[in-house]
Amino acid sequence: MQKMRVRNHQVVLNRSVGGDAGIAFFLIIMGVFMFLPMYYVIIQSLKPLDELWMFPPRFYVQHPNFKNFSDLFTLLSDSWVPFSRYIFNTVFITAMGTFGNLLFSSLAAYAISKIPFPGRKACFWVIQRSLMFTSTVTAIANFLTLSTFGLMDNLFAIIIPAWGSSMGLYLMKQFMDSSISDDVLESARLDGCSEFKTFWIIAMPMVKPAWLTLIIYSFQGLWNTGASQYIFSEQLKTLNYAISQITAGGIARAGASAAATVIMMIVPILVFVITQSNIIETMASSGMKD
Amino acid sequence: MEDRIDKNNDSVMEESENLQNSIVNEEVEAVDNTENVNTEEAEVATDDVVAEAGEPSEGNEGEAPKTEKKKAVSRKDMTMAQWTWHEMKRNKIAYLMIAPFMFVFLLFTVFPVVLSLVLSFTNFNMLEMNWDMFIGIKNYTRLFFEDDIFLLACKNTLVFAMITGPVSYILSFLVAWFINELSPRIRAIITLIFYAPSISGSVYLIWATLFSDDAYGWVNGVLLDLGMIDSAILWFHDEKYAMTLCIVVALWMSLGTAFLSFIAGLQTINKSLFEAAAVDGIKNRWQELWYITLPMMRPQLMFGAVMAITGSFGFGGVVTALCGFPSVNYSCHTIMHCLDDYGNTRWEVGYASSIAFVLFLIMIGANTLVNKMLSKVGQ
Repeated sequence: MQKMRVRNHQVVLNRSVGGDAGIAFFLIIMGVFMFLPMYYVIIQSLKPLDELWMFPPRFYVQHPNFKNFSDLFTLLSDSWVPFSRYIFNTVFITAMGTFGNLLFSSLAAYAISKIPFPGRKACFWVIQRSLMFTSTVTAIANFLTLSTFGLMDNLFAIIIPAWGSSMGLYLMKQFMDSSISDDVLESARLDGCSEFKTFWIIAMPMVKPAWLTLIIYSFQGLWNTGASQYIFSEQLKTLNYAISQITAGGIARAGASAAATVIMMIVPILVFVITQSNIIETMASSGMKD
Repeated sequence: MEDRIDKNNDSVMEESENLQNSIVNEEVEAVDNTENVNTEEAEVATDDVVAEAGEPSEGNEGEAPKTEKKKAVSRKDMTMAQWTWHEMKRNKIAYLMIAPFMFVFLLFTVFPVVLSLVLSFTNFNMLEMNWDMFIGIKNYTRLFFEDDIFLLACKNTLVFAMITGPVSYILSFLVAWFINELSPRIRAIITLIFYAPSISGSVYLIWATLFSDDAYGWVNGVLLDLGMIDSAILWFHDEKYAMTLCIVVALWMSLGTAFLSFIAGLQTINKSLFEAAAVDGIKNRWQELWYITLPMMRPQLMFGAVMAITGSFGFGGVVTALCGFPSVNYSCHTIMHCLDDYGNTRWEVGYASSIAFVLFLIMIGANTLVNKMLSKVGQ
């Protein structure tokens, strides 16, 4: 008979102490590897100038201060295009793109998941396949399409393609499959609820984790929009682009660029921390079944 | 507006349906075989029809009565095409719902692939705007027989993808599996630590600082200080190290969607299965993994594989940011870079399209292959 151990008030089967120790060791090594670069960015952003160029470089700060951050804002306030314009562009792209993607994807996900119309399988097949290649493949053709529509040098050249991003739809459809029972929808329809009303009043509140996840995915993608081949005018460029220009300033800007990186990374991380449990809940149904 | 169009369609549809009916009746008498085939298929869906008979046609007022005038609708009375037509009409609201998404999706994701295929047979050039230049498969022969840099890029891409893809996949799964039994709070923290690099945008640029070419890069600094090297190593600008370092960075930021999917999937496995397995003589965690966890996780494993493969081909931008473009002696030149070079710098759209299409085929091929392999897990 095997030895039984208790962990978190549950009986744990089939676990050896040696194995646990090995796993803990592996996790710590990997965790350090994952975390150190992040830590180094934060440290760099807090280092005063003399420490930034100290030899050998240190993995800690002796006199942390926020001068790099204030330098960053001085730098940015001198820029040719007001800095608030870059922020506006990024916020505008992110908000419009995410909203459109959420609206279009959830409507389509509901129809594909819950209405047995001919062609739904084909639609979903194509959408699933579209997860299998990156946007690198479509970039050139999209350049032609967007210039045909006269959307060059327009923020909508980034926003509109984001509306048709298939990742959010895929996750939402899978989540709807597993979390909304057809009986509920059927009884709503029997009560005379139109399909749109059923979708809006019954289905949407039930898939809150999925639309939060969709928002996060869309947000992460759009927030990090950098230099785009579709945008030429300086006043239409994004925050990420402006910040990468500071980094490109070379060694003189090392401190400010670290500060900028910290600011850019903190937003998505905070958003993830807040929504983590919802995302994990959505991911539980993300599996592919074919 | 849409409604009016729909109604017009309805009347047209009805007429054509009646027409079809009469034609079909004659056909059915003439050819028994087709009928048989149809009924076989129809059997599957009969349940649907029975269920529908009870409910007062569609939920949508105003458009319903037309179907009620005819005799009760049963699938057996109809040919496949008619049945499909009937179902399409009954669910036409669904088409309205998918229309906005599908329009954008088809335009910006599916159409580009088709357009790339078409353009890849031309020597269309953005600078000359020559529209009528069909050159057959010349672009492809040029790619595979004349363009040495493309072949080198192919090799680099495959090396890059074949290392980062599987390693990041296995790493994602192992970490997810290892932290599965920890308490929820610790699990959340570890998840954050491992997941953060993949979502924090340009934070990977810190690797350029850690491995910078001068003595102020942390790695060079430490090595010089310890006396292990005499002069700074040009890490990202040295053929010997560039590729390896890029792979390390790619792995560092590759624990993304697949990782989350695994964490969530592991949580949903029914715990009683493990107890039953322990009674049945499963001796250690590895057996448990192979006989229970992996088979139960198959859907997530498939999804994770797609994410890992797609991700492993999507690192062009990171490589450019770290090694420059083009990288030293093309040591890190990938297909993505070729595409960028011909598409956005030289504007040889026809040739670039053939590269894009090859990349598309490679990615779809890799995914199909891996999905085939994964369907054998735990069997």
